[in-house]
Amino acid sequence: MCAALSAAAEGASVAVLECAPLEFRGGNSRHTRNLRCMHDAPTQFLTGAYPEQEYFDDLIRVTEGNTDEELARLVIRESRDCAAWMMRQGVRFQKPLSGTLHLGRTNAFFLGGGKALMNSYYATARRLGVQIFYRAEVIGLNFATGKFESADVLLNGESTQIRAAALVAAAGGFESNLEWLKEIWGDAANNFLIRGTPYNHGKVLKLLLANGATPAGDAAQFHAVAIDARAPKFDGGIVTRLDCVPLGIVVNNAGDRFYDEGEDLWPKRYAIWGRLIAQQPGQIAWSIVDAKAEGKFMPSVFPPVRANTIRELATGLGLSADAVEATVTRFNDAVIPGHFDFAKLDDCRTRGLAIDKTHWAQRIDMPPFCGYPLRPGITFTYLGVKVDRNAAVLANGGRLASNVFAAGEIMAGNILGKGYVGGIGMVIGTVFGRIAGREAACYAR
Amino acid sequence: MPDDLAREGERVMTICNSCRYCEGYCAVFPAMERHLHFTEADLNYLANLCHQCGECYYACQYAPPHEFAVNIPKLLAETRAGSYRKYAWPSAAFGFNAMVILAFSLLLAALAARKNSPGDFYSVIPHVVMVTAFGAISIFVAAALAIGFARFWRESRESVKGLAVMDALRDVLALKYLDGGGEGCTYPGEDRSRARWWFHQSTFYGFLLCFAATSVAALYHYVMHWRAPYPYLSLPVALGTLGGIGLVIGPAGLYALKRRQDPMLGKPTDSSFIALLFFSSLSGLLLLVFRDTPSMRVLLIAHLGIVMAFFVTLPYGKFVHGIYRFAALIRYALEQKRH
Repeated sequence: MCAALSAAAEGASVAVLECAPLEFRGGNSRHTRNLRCMHDAPTQFLTGAYPEQEYFDDLIRVTEGNTDEELARLVIRESRDCAAWMMRQGVRFQKPLSGTLHLGRTNAFFLGGGKALMNSYYATARRLGVQIFYRAEVIGLNFATGKFESADVLLNGESTQIRAAALVAAAGGFESNLEWLKEIWGDAANNFLIRGTPYNHGKVLKLLLANGATPAGDAAQFHAVAIDARAPKFDGGIVTRLDCVPLGIVVNNAGDRFYDEGEDLWPKRYAIWGRLIAQQPGQIAWSIVDAKAEGKFMPSVFPPVRANTIRELATGLGLSADAVEATVTRFNDAVIPGHFDFAKLDDCRTRGLAIDKTHWAQRIDMPPFCGYPLRPGITFTYLGVKVDRNAAVLANGGRLASNVFAAGEIMAGNILGKGYVGGIGMVIGTVFGRIAGREAACYAR
Repeated sequence: MPDDLAREGERVMTICNSCRYCEGYCAVFPAMERHLHFTEADLNYLANLCHQCGECYYACQYAPPHEFAVNIPKLLAETRAGSYRKYAWPSAAFGFNAMVILAFSLLLAALAARKNSPGDFYSVIPHVVMVTAFGAISIFVAAALAIGFARFWRESRESVKGLAVMDALRDVLALKYLDGGGEGCTYPGEDRSRARWWFHQSTFYGFLLCFAATSVAALYHYVMHWRAPYPYLSLPVALGTLGGIGLVIGPAGLYALKRRQDPMLGKPTDSSFIALLFFSSLSGLLLLVFRDTPSMRVLLIAHLGIVMAFFVTLPYGKFVHGIYRFAALIRYALEQKRH
């Protein structure tokens, strides 16, 4: 949508092909809530300063260097103007949400979240005369002599062809395409939940790659967090997350622990738990906490399984009572007394276990005991197409075509080859959307 | 509250509480976040903070057709309607047919009327009859509203503090939560507009002006011993005229908006309250214009009949939203100060 708005502002005549029906328009942006912004001084919605180098260092840390520095620095610098541009499109911002105060310096929050933001974009697009087609699925791209000519589209199920002077591909990754996920992960993919839109099938991505576009980002990787196993298969969004992992222990279906739950502060660790659980048998695990944890984490949408003994809890969770009881007993016996402080890396730990819990380890001994089932919840896939600083899609060292551009999740892998840092997805989408729209409009003139 | 509504309230509030994207919109969301569970009293409290503006519905990633089917304005509108009946005194009287009361009031006014001399209201209905009838009704209405307030308040388990009342009063006078932070609300549909704010202010301050007009007139009568009717430019008539105009424009505008309300935001509430308000002020203005003509007699009967019906139905219709919203805002201010 950023590309559409930017192209329309440049005077181009724009049509948006949205695969989803109106109610579910806007891809994964619908589930977002903030934007990571570089800034040198406090703004209306951001505290302190977040200079370019610190932003870049954060990006290098999470991607472990899997980034294109030129494009990354471009995104970071342009992120400074994103909020102002968004406000001109009718987007409103607010103070950080409660429970996210640690992001108040780096991230600007959309009033009402990502769907409110998308509603503003669609309303502005309507005013600018942008045509929006819903239930419009791109099934073919036609090229001739180094140029994109037209797209084959299923519009409300009927086949049609749409010609255009330029194309901006902003169609997301392939995380909702179960067949594609199975090609990589086998039957384990049946047990993955998709946190966002069911419409990111990666069809446009596949078409671009089939036409020779250079891939960017790891083809086999996805970003996944641990979410409640009872979440819907698609579109569960923010409310299915579970933040209680570091407050207790996590066991697999054999009743065994498999990773240090207290390795680091939760905001720095939540994103590894999706993969950890994906590697467990049956792609499932259970977080077990006792009464001491209540009120210390954001309430989750599904009620926990509660019991007054560990054996009862294990049975309630469908696990072996003997195995879970043995795990909890071993864990409790290994806990070293310390001063519990959930706000920092405290000195509560276990000693002598095969897998020690290194912080916030407290005996699990105060009923009622609570258990939450966990599954990997996929946020997005990393595979995309390589672009240059003008958002042009690349192939064999040059451009795929003179008039094909990309923005958003479909090219995020250029900058985010691995990992994630909150609010950068929206920045990549906005910055490259604006560039792609401008370049496409320029070309169309 | 019906069990299924209570269960739906708990279900939806639990989803909202895990999401919190809407907390910048209005008082409902910060108030909700102070709870882990939602009792009937909590839901009634939240429902009376809600203005059914639709911002949270349009912004909701879980709104229908999503399987979570979250629709806060609709849920809280249903909850609120139930809460009006629950706290009303007597509860069974809530929502009785205003048209029946109106017919009865008109009949009473007509029966009380005598032959008259033009320009003299009290020759149609004696002053003592007016004062006795409206005095008695006012005392009853004030008592019923006070009991409603007390019933609602008791469930908050809070004690009233002056500062919180001042905060709540400020929010009421400015209609803070009907304003969408200055850009207006998504009411009656998805496009933001300040129309509802303006029409409600016109109604609210129109009502206050009419109340002031009546108070000044009472002062004139009892203290100064000046008899009505008063000149057009006298204080009570000027206040009443201004207020009356506000009370014609405001309710008419609110009714027009209500007719266009997005059906997804829930059923529009009963319109008899704003209809009686509108016709009270319209008949009052007509009476002012034609008070020196032979039509005065019938206009006065109609005006007094409508005003009486308006007062009698006050504790049993939409007017009570002001009472409970004010109480809810006081509770909200108290909670804000603690956190």
